[in-house]
Amino acid sequence: MKNTLGALAACAALAVPVHAEGLQVNPVTHEATLKECSACHMVFQPQLLPARSWEAVIKGLDNHFGETATLDAAVATDIAAYLTANAADAGGKKSRLLRRLDDTVTPLRISEMPWWVRAHDELSAKAFTKASVGSKANCIACHKTADTGYYSED
Amino acid sequence: MRQSILAAALLLMATPIAIAAGPQDAVLANLAAQAKAADVGFSTFSAVDGKTFFFSTHSGGKPDTPSCVTCHSDNVKAFGKTRAGKVIEPMAISVNAQRFTDMEKVEKWFARNCNSVLGRDCTPQEKGDVATWLISQ
Repeated sequence: MKNTLGALAACAALAVPVHAEGLQVNPVTHEATLKECSACHMVFQPQLLPARSWEAVIKGLDNHFGETATLDAAVATDIAAYLTANAADAGGKKSRLLRRLDDTVTPLRISEMPWWVRAHDELSAKAFTKASVGSKANCIACHKTADTGYYSED
Repeated sequence: MRQSILAAALLLMATPIAIAAGPQDAVLANLAAQAKAADVGFSTFSAVDGKTFFFSTHSGGKPDTPSCVTCHSDNVKAFGKTRAGKVIEPMAISVNAQRFTDMEKVEKWFARNCNSVLGRDCTPQEKGDVATWLISQ
């Protein structure tokens, strides 16, 4: 009983809702973010990274993982504001997706987040490079509803 | 009088051309104006040069994207794929009539992709050559 209460309390404290399986985050609703980011890849939900990561991503769009992805300055500012306002640590919240992430580290890729690494530790490197997937950035190749914010377990 | 008849006749002759104008003509005209501004000796765009440019392996850009075909594939009537795994609609007008109809979009993607592939902006001549070739496909 005490354990159950403890578990319930722990669940209530989590900023990110826990599904029976997988991960649920809020879907992206911001128009410019949807339009610009989806031109090249699935639109990643801001909750998957801390605000400092999003700031670094937007600052580095002239070399965005090996490509030039520069945006009109006003559009970039608009997108950055949305991403940081909804980031894993927005408003001082303690998302479970920040666990084991050192405060001094600023991951630029979601796949560098400790939660991501742990969630995918059973997979070989080949699982991400095969033709149907191509890259760790292609979440939706395996998580078919990833664009809605729900990442199924398998 | 004779002059106005001549002018009217010329107008009539010009009209069918205007009606037959492709939806990509405004983009090509814009690129041609840029090319003239950049080089007084500019004459015309070359589809042959555009094709060569599209298939060439360039230097000076980012190592993962040495060519247009890296992402667009070597068949411009087929789908390409971004490095993040997302499908890119075909570039050839015959299978994707939306291409080269929106100048803002054309400039945005030439600016990004030329810098990824060549490490610099493309010249108006290069942009016009590639556009002319893709519009002919």
